[in-house]
Order: sequence, then structure tokens, then C-alpha cells
Amino acid sequence: MHELSLLENVRTILEEHARSQHFQTVENITLEIGALSCVELEALTFAFEAVMKGSLAEHAELTFKRIEGQGRCFECGQLTPMIELYDICKHCGHFRLEIVSGLEMKITELKVR
Amino acid sequence: MCGICGCSDSGQSGKFVPIKNVNFSPLMSYPQHHHGVESIDKSRLIQMEVDLLSKNNVYATKNRHYFQEHGVFVLNLVSSPGAGKTTLLVETIKVLKDVFPIAVIEGDQQTQHDADRIRATGVRALQINTGRACHLDAQGIGAAIMQLGIENNSFLAIENVGNLVCPSAFDLGEAHKVVVLSVTEGDDKPLKYADMFYAADLMIINKIDLLPYVDFNMDRCIAFARQVNPSIHIIELSATKGDNFNEWTNWLRVSMQKVIKSHAL
Repeated sequence: MHELSLLENVRTILEEHARSQHFQTVENITLEIGALSCVELEALTFAFEAVMKGSLAEHAELTFKRIEGQGRCFECGQLTPMIELYDICKHCGHFRLEIVSGLEMKITELKVR
Repeated sequence: MCGICGCSDSGQSGKFVPIKNVNFSPLMSYPQHHHGVESIDKSRLIQMEVDLLSKNNVYATKNRHYFQEHGVFVLNLVSSPGAGKTTLLVETIKVLKDVFPIAVIEGDQQTQHDADRIRATGVRALQINTGRACHLDAQGIGAAIMQLGIENNSFLAIENVGNLVCPSAFDLGEAHKVVVLSVTEGDDKPLKYADMFYAADLMIINKIDLLPYVDFNMDRCIAFARQVNPSIHIIELSATKGDNFNEWTNWLRVSMQKVIKSHAL
């Protein structure tokens, strides 16, 4: 359940931004989560309430922006969609892929007051 | 109408609005006045690009810098529980402890057992009990290296909590993640726990002396690991019986020599 640690990190980031950008509460947090990242959205949502309890984001909502996985094939050079880290190139069937997108785990927007 | 200045833009005449944590310039004679309030009373959006692992990564970078400065070669050993990480380390220390200084950081949810096994070999070991947490983080490692006192030009092994999921995401400042997989676990682990095999630079397939007794297809396992991570280096060995153990200790010797050489520059 590393999502718990990730959320504790989110809470610290929020507290720091609240000090530097002068806000008291967070109403919405937009997270960009890549399909190939190690984050399970359900686990993140499940742990969110517990981690944010008593913090400035206690009543905040989570918005997820899912980033699709995509790789570039070392063999044929084309871009190919990836759902798993071990996917093969849909054009030539080779498995040497360089991940272009899908590993993201970022806070991209806060709605604050 | 506002009771202070007469304005009516708030629509709530004369209402006194308290202000929280707002910095006023000395020119503002009525700090409680609602003209400063409107901007903070409304929601606003803040755009940012902050990685969820940013806190951990700051500590990891600090650790990595420390290791480079002191010529410390660091491996982060990860595996499921019972794959043989501690036995691998104990046998490695027996072979190499007179070649270069070695220290070990042990991560487990509970008990001192693993650190005790390492200390019995005569090298320094520090046990981190993570309690409920399922992985070591870079901040904990930073504190541990200060407590442990690590010699220059030495090898530091970090034995992570037995878990093939969570430790994959947390950079500790190591040179390489080493994933240990034992043949009793099944040959499809690299696909089942792809994140970990993707994050590792070296895979040690342990307990190969048990191959005749288990249903484990070595070629299939290696093919799966390469499918997830085409550049992963693989060493097959038995830590308890010593089969092919030299390949691993030679790999360590060569890695150590490179680190010591670049530290001397």
C-alpha cells in the first residue's frame, strides 16, 4: 500500500503551498496518473480520506487525469500503445519498447480557497 | 452598504468580514475591510507540476550525492519474502569482507533477526523496522547512514522489506536495484510484478540447486524478465550451495573497482 506514502507526500506538498501561496483550504486536487505507473487509483481513493483527515484538504475532492501508456519501438521506430510494461509493439511484435508516456504521477492543479 | 467606506459591491451592507492570514500593506488603514477579502473568499486554481515522489526523490538525490562523495557502492536488494536476500548477503560478506569494507541496512516490518544474522559475520548492520510501512524510503536511509557510519570506498547493501510491489517506486539513492527471485516462487513473477523487474538493473535467480524439484522453466522466466526490461542483467546462482556464486561476487568486485576508481579521480 505505497499509495499511503504517496498521499502523505501530497499532504506535505499542499501544506507547503498553502504557506507560500496563502490559502486555507483545498477543494480539489487534480492528479495526473499514467496507466503504466505503480499507482492503483482505487487504493489512492480509498486511502485519501484517512490521510487528509484533519488537514487543509479534509474535504477536498480528487480528480484524476489518466495518461495513456505509449512506447516507441526500438526495432521499427513506431509509436505503439502500452497497457502493461511488458506489452509488445503492435506493428512488428518486438518487445524492446522505450516508454514515452504513462509513468506520470503528478499533482497538476489545485482548487484552493 | 458598507459601514466603513460606503461601498455596496459586496451586496451585504455593513457586514464585517474577518480576514485570515492575509498580508496587508501599511497603506491599508482598515485591515479588516472586505476589499481585501474578496480575492481570498473565492476559489482559485493553482497550476503546478509536482511529482508525487518529489519528497522522496529529494532525499534520494542527497543520499546519492553522499555515496558518490565517499565512494560508496550501494545496492538496494528487493524481493518477495523468503527469496533468500539475507542468506545471499551473509554468503557474500563471507567471501568479500576482507576485500573491501561492507555495511548493511536491513529493512523489515518487525524484529532484529536479519541484522543479527549480518552482525554475526562481523560487519556493521543497522535494522530499520518500518512498522506498518511496506517499503524503505530515502529519508529513512539518510538517517540510517549517519547512524551507521559508513567507511569511504565501501560496499553498502540495503535489504528492503520483502515485497515485490511497493519498494519499486522508492529511489533510495542506490546505484542499482537488484531483484532476487527464487526458483520456488514460479517463473512468471517478472510479468506478475512487472514494476519491480522494470525498476531493477540486475536480477538474481536464487536457489537454482532446487531446480530438479520444482516446476520452474528458466528460459521462460528469463524471457519474461527481458520482455519487461530488455536491458536487465541476470545471474543464476544458489546462495546456500554456492553454485555459480562467483559470477555474482565477480560482478560486485568489478562494480566496486569502478566506484573506487571514479572516487579517486
